Amino acid sequence: MSKIKIVNLQKSFGDFTAVKNSNLTINDKEFFVLLGPSGCGKTTTLRMIAGLELPTSGEIYLGDEEVGMLRASERDIAFVFQLFALYPHMNVKNNLSFPLKMQGYSRSEIKTRVEEAAKLLRIDHILNSNISSLSGGDRQRVALGRALVRRPKAFLMDEPLGTLDAEFRELMCLELKKLHIDVGATTVYVTHDQLEAMSLADRIAVMDGGEILQADEPSVIYNKPATKFVASFIGSPGMNFISIDQGISNEQSTLNIEGTNFNIPKQYEISKGKKNSFGIRPENLSLTNEGGLKGSVFGVEYLGSRKIVTVKTNFGEIKVKTDISTSVKINENVQVKPSNDNIIIFDGETDKSLKSEFMN
Amino acid sequence: MDTSRSYLEPSSFSKKLAATIIIVYTVITLIPISWMVMTSFKNVNSAISYPPEVLFEPSLEGYVNLFTNRSRQSQEYLDSLPAPETWYEELVRSREMVITGPSKFLGRYSNSMIIGFGSTFASVFLGALAAYAFSRFRVPLKDDLLFFILSTRMFPPIAVAVPIFIMYRKLGLGDTHLGMIILYTVVNLSLAVWLLKGFMDEIPKEYEEAAMIDGYSRLQAFFKVVLPQAMTGIAATAIFCMIFSWNEYAFAVLLTQFNAQTAPPFIPTIIGEGGLDWPAIGAGTTLFLLPVMIFTIILRKHLLRGITFGAVRK
Repeated sequence: MSKIKIVNLQKSFGDFTAVKNSNLTINDKEFFVLLGPSGCGKTTTLRMIAGLELPTSGEIYLGDEEVGMLRASERDIAFVFQLFALYPHMNVKNNLSFPLKMQGYSRSEIKTRVEEAAKLLRIDHILNSNISSLSGGDRQRVALGRALVRRPKAFLMDEPLGTLDAEFRELMCLELKKLHIDVGATTVYVTHDQLEAMSLADRIAVMDGGEILQADEPSVIYNKPATKFVASFIGSPGMNFISIDQGISNEQSTLNIEGTNFNIPKQYEISKGKKNSFGIRPENLSLTNEGGLKGSVFGVEYLGSRKIVTVKTNFGEIKVKTDISTSVKINENVQVKPSNDNIIIFDGETDKSLKSEFMN
Repeated sequence: MDTSRSYLEPSSFSKKLAATIIIVYTVITLIPISWMVMTSFKNVNSAISYPPEVLFEPSLEGYVNLFTNRSRQSQEYLDSLPAPETWYEELVRSREMVITGPSKFLGRYSNSMIIGFGSTFASVFLGALAAYAFSRFRVPLKDDLLFFILSTRMFPPIAVAVPIFIMYRKLGLGDTHLGMIILYTVVNLSLAVWLLKGFMDEIPKEYEEAAMIDGYSRLQAFFKVVLPQAMTGIAATAIFCMIFSWNEYAFAVLLTQFNAQTAPPFIPTIIGEGGLDWPAIGAGTTLFLLPVMIFTIILRKHLLRGITFGAVRK
């Protein structure tokens, strides 16, 4: 296993730049997730690490070796495809031994390794089955097995759970995580599903428009998003934004919105312009009778243990995650107010979060 | 009203109608073929009798005549010979003839085999490589090239017979197996490239990518992963190519005479006494039909099988 480092990586297709000047270091044995909406460049980045695309410029290090221009077959990595890409004309056993045959292992060695991987993934009972007879989950396991038998320097996975149904996806998520702990392999995992990313990752890189916006641990990404995009993309529902037509000065700790003063974490950065946003997650808001933003209840969603109340205010719809016991009616007049100081101000010009006591 | 069936299912009337049409069509197509097979088992007289005989005493005379050269002898000479050793000698003697040697049919037949299978293999192999390249790589002027390849089929091949005849003479390819294989391959190649490109486009490129990540070169991935999955297309293409080169008549007449003559120009020239030997011709065409028939039946299971068997979820 090795660490992976990409330096100033760039990929253009004609006029379109899919990946812009990206830098990343993925530590040895880390489960690293590239997260972003479709077309953000996450898959292109992964394919460049795999050697399925060659970078336009920049370097990729696998361990200490620069592999940017090497062919996929020369890189010693394993790739799990979204559509599994199991060879349909071979049975499970041959699919698993296919990568080993190329590397010139003896027949007995191949047999041991295949059986070992099959046992680990609990597919040893279907080794002689045809691919077409397998369920989605078993195909997924075989695809993982084909990656495992190689004992490669790194695992690359391109939305491997994307085609499974929701129930199964959760199960495979757990299995993947356990597998990662058992095998301890450096893994780069691409997904657009933030829940998957949150539950699997040691660290997440959020990408948009070909750029890496933030790369950090899931809790940091969630609580202290570096940009407005990260804040809105992560979380379900995403962060609430309230546009404020006022500049932010250093040491500022209150903010007047619609005549009401709100405490905000002490700011350490001056905003560039006068149009900024006040960002707060739904669970850090509460409904109140006074001292908040006025609005009326627009919708209520029951989530079992929590309730999401959508409040229509002069600043647009604001979502509040409340206790299940809170009872509100549609069109009822309520006020919304922060219940703690997990508040982030985003600079209107750069969309980046401003430094503060909270965002240090 | 019968409400037990779904609207998507054809009614029993349309099923019966479809079955009737298929049966009628099958009978119409099978009449000439069965007449040909029947002729091959008739003797010379019943083959040309009028009205035609549908019921007749089967004879292997046609097949014997097809494979042998014979000469007519006087009764005294025949009597002076030792008793015939084989059933076919006896049959020939009963017609007051003796076998003077094997006919050219076997040689012509094997020429057909060599040229037919040789050009089919070459067309499919080269066609698969070209189709793969067109399907996967950024080939400059791809669309123009594909159209150019197709345009070679826009005129009947025989339209270029004269230049090809002259070219082949100058190159020494006339009446050679290699020459005929090249000619049929060139004619079939455009069809092969177009047909196979369609099938290659259907194979997700993830398969080769997976193989390349598993340590195989692109060419190895092509042979081990792409080709097995393109079997349906390869089988269909091979059947088309085989049928064309097996049946081709005009170029065979023009370019081959002795060494590389195929069966189609040879069979109609089988002359018996006092005209064409119809039972022998019937026997020759019946035997000529078999290889393509067997070839098609063997490849049929690949035609019926899906390409990816659902290993990739789309």
